[in-house]
Amino acid sequence: MKAEATQAPFAEATALRLVPALLADPSVRIGGGILVVIALLGLFAPLLTPVDPSYLDPTTRNELPGAASTVDLADGKTADVTHWFGTDQLGRDLFARVLYGARISLLVGLAVTLIVVATGLFIGLVAGYFRALDGLIMRMMDGLMAIPSILLALALVALWGAGLWTVIIAVAIPEVPRVVRLVRSIVLSVRGEPYVEAAVAMGTPTPLIMTRHILPSTIAPLIVQGTYVCASAILVEAILSFLGVGIPTDIPTWGNIMAEGRLLFRVYPHAILFPGVFLAVTILAVNMMGDGMRDALDPKLQRRL
Amino acid sequence: MSPVLTIEQLSVRLPAGADRTYAVENVSVDVAPGEVVCLVGESGSGKSVTAQAVMGLLPRGQLQPTDGLIKLKGEDLLRAPARRLRALRGTAMAMVYQEPMTALNPVLPCGYQIDEVLRTHTGLGTDDRAERVRDMLDQVGLAEPERMAESYPHELSGGQRQRIMIAMALVLEPALLIADEPTTALDVTTQVQILALLRELQAAHGTGVLFITHDFGVVAEIADRVVVMRAGRVVEAGTVRDILDRPQHAYTQALIRAVPSLIPRPARAGSGRTVLEVASLAKSYRQGGWLDRRRVVDAVKDASFEIAAGEVLGLVGESGSGKSTTARCIARLEDPSAGRIRLRGAEIGSLSRRALRPHRRHVQIVFQDPYRSLNPRRRVAASLIEGPMNFGVSRAVALERARELLAFVGVDPVSIERYPHQFSGGQRQRICIARALIMEPALLIADEPVSALDVSVQAQVLELLDQVRTRLDLAVLFITHDLRVAAQICDRVLVMRRGEVVESGPTAAVFAAPEDSYTRTLVAAAPGRNWDFAHA
Repeated sequence: MKAEATQAPFAEATALRLVPALLADPSVRIGGGILVVIALLGLFAPLLTPVDPSYLDPTTRNELPGAASTVDLADGKTADVTHWFGTDQLGRDLFARVLYGARISLLVGLAVTLIVVATGLFIGLVAGYFRALDGLIMRMMDGLMAIPSILLALALVALWGAGLWTVIIAVAIPEVPRVVRLVRSIVLSVRGEPYVEAAVAMGTPTPLIMTRHILPSTIAPLIVQGTYVCASAILVEAILSFLGVGIPTDIPTWGNIMAEGRLLFRVYPHAILFPGVFLAVTILAVNMMGDGMRDALDPKLQRRL
Repeated sequence: MSPVLTIEQLSVRLPAGADRTYAVENVSVDVAPGEVVCLVGESGSGKSVTAQAVMGLLPRGQLQPTDGLIKLKGEDLLRAPARRLRALRGTAMAMVYQEPMTALNPVLPCGYQIDEVLRTHTGLGTDDRAERVRDMLDQVGLAEPERMAESYPHELSGGQRQRIMIAMALVLEPALLIADEPTTALDVTTQVQILALLRELQAAHGTGVLFITHDFGVVAEIADRVVVMRAGRVVEAGTVRDILDRPQHAYTQALIRAVPSLIPRPARAGSGRTVLEVASLAKSYRQGGWLDRRRVVDAVKDASFEIAAGEVLGLVGESGSGKSTTARCIARLEDPSAGRIRLRGAEIGSLSRRALRPHRRHVQIVFQDPYRSLNPRRRVAASLIEGPMNFGVSRAVALERARELLAFVGVDPVSIERYPHQFSGGQRQRICIARALIMEPALLIADEPVSALDVSVQAQVLELLDQVRTRLDLAVLFITHDLRVAAQICDRVLVMRRGEVVESGPTAAVFAAPEDSYTRTLVAAAPGRNWDFAHA
């Protein structure tokens, strides 16, 4: 009887087989749905508004949501548009800026997640499997964890100059240790499993043991951890841009739109409200997806993450 | 005398979609005061569910008693409200579990946990309760009751923890004690003491005991009456002598026949060619942290032996004796601290991992837990051909060989494309044996290969291992804590204790006339030995 209990709930879990289980969870469907909508809004922003997000118009500064005006388009024509979200203090259309800003937020979220998961997986596998390297790697990770992420980002921006990739790298580095710790803990428990030892006894080369017998166990928790990394990355990017050390304001991001609206917040709250709502909803959606995936993939994980 | 516990026609329904409709069907059991009734059966027979139904501990919403009657001293338990059941647990009925480490709260002192029973169910004052706790700890044979009361579970041995559990169960002198495999997690020498203690306390207090076990040796030691269960039904019930000596039902007969006898079979001569020579093998671990490397634990000290082809050498000992560590050093899953390991004439004890690789195939290992020995994400075929393909055998040839070996170990070769979870424990262990054999090893290490299996399956797997040895002329290093198993398969045995080999010799000689005092204790502790020798 005790033997039955040790069976993994998702014995055949590989990345593709996980999909149906994931989609069965309502939070995954709702969170994922919201994210798809926001991604489509960002992707098709040029179709949803003809206005260039960085087009300045000194005559229509600080318009309230719903105000109408005539703007010059990129191709030299003019058009009458309604500023659904109003305009900012330089007369730029906030609706266009928020939609284009979604691109940056989601791009940063996705890129950071991919970088963090890939490097964290590699370092975690190495640290967990090769005991000799474990101490060294983990102390380095502890060191990284000791640096406040915003401070590290500030330093990197000062070093390399502000820009999309600087922000992505700066946000990614402090997230890596947490993924490394997760992967390492899984590797440590799986490498003692008899099936891994049997593979050692059969002379299976070490890289094969790691990819074939150990790595698959890390996939489900990594997907879940990935969503948390993604949410955190979107948030940190917004904070950096808000502080003015992130992405320059000629590329709109939710963070820098809010930063620019900050001065006149009491008089014109809409410049902060709209990007703020988009940011909050996106983070909520990503976290909902993460929670749903955690429940769907491994009931035992519920209290661990 | 009217029975303490009456179970009449009890049926417990399983949730829809399970492999059968009822977990327990029409089960009737009586327990009289001062009587020990053993519920015996293999895994999935419904013996634990029956006990949980009595205690009112069935998982809510999943298992529902649908029919029947459970009466504790005439009181209907199935219809009793939750409040009443709570009051009865501890005072009128109590339970002892298999794993005392998890049944005790790790963050509270043991005395406090026993005291809790008294606080909940009696109005006794602090001093009276402390007195009762001390008295009870004394009764369960724990020296220094005061110190024990202040100890935390992790500070005690398995046997001491189980004594604490028993003290907790019996402190209010319940009329009924349910013991669910209470000695299964313990070493045999400890098991003997716990069984004796249960017997003694039960006689002194007149407690009725419902004792759940899978082990016929234990049954022979403790039971007054026996109820044999299979797949949720009672197969046969009777006095212990009737069931053990004159079983009527075919299933009971088969079950008892499957119990390995303690009487060793005669040693067979190996083919004489020495496969493995181990000389002065030692393994020590450093404990303590990065800065404190002083504490050294010797897991194996100065072990020397050899095994010839066609011979089964048993490594026998209790937990912590170093038998598994010895095997893992030979398989080079761990690096020995000292000593020589010569495999087919080549020294492998000190080889680097890289230099070791060509030798890997000659030593294969079968592990205890068949549920964790196969990668759950890979098909059986992939697991089987992994080894040969590591050594350059083509996929097609390896698959062909894998099918042959599956047939040889008694698993349908058609099922080679299935995943491990689609097989039973016994089948998985056969697959693991096939996976070891496909490497064509000279030495097969079997580390408790049948300990996780039911007796009937155990007998079949032992039979298979014996066939393997004869047909392939393998040297087998067989690790077990179970003397019955050792008696049936080993030609020679090595008895280990605390990392040292205390005795070795032909199985029959060691079992019949053990020279070392520890070996004598071990042989004397084997449950049900009188029953065996009565049959011989």
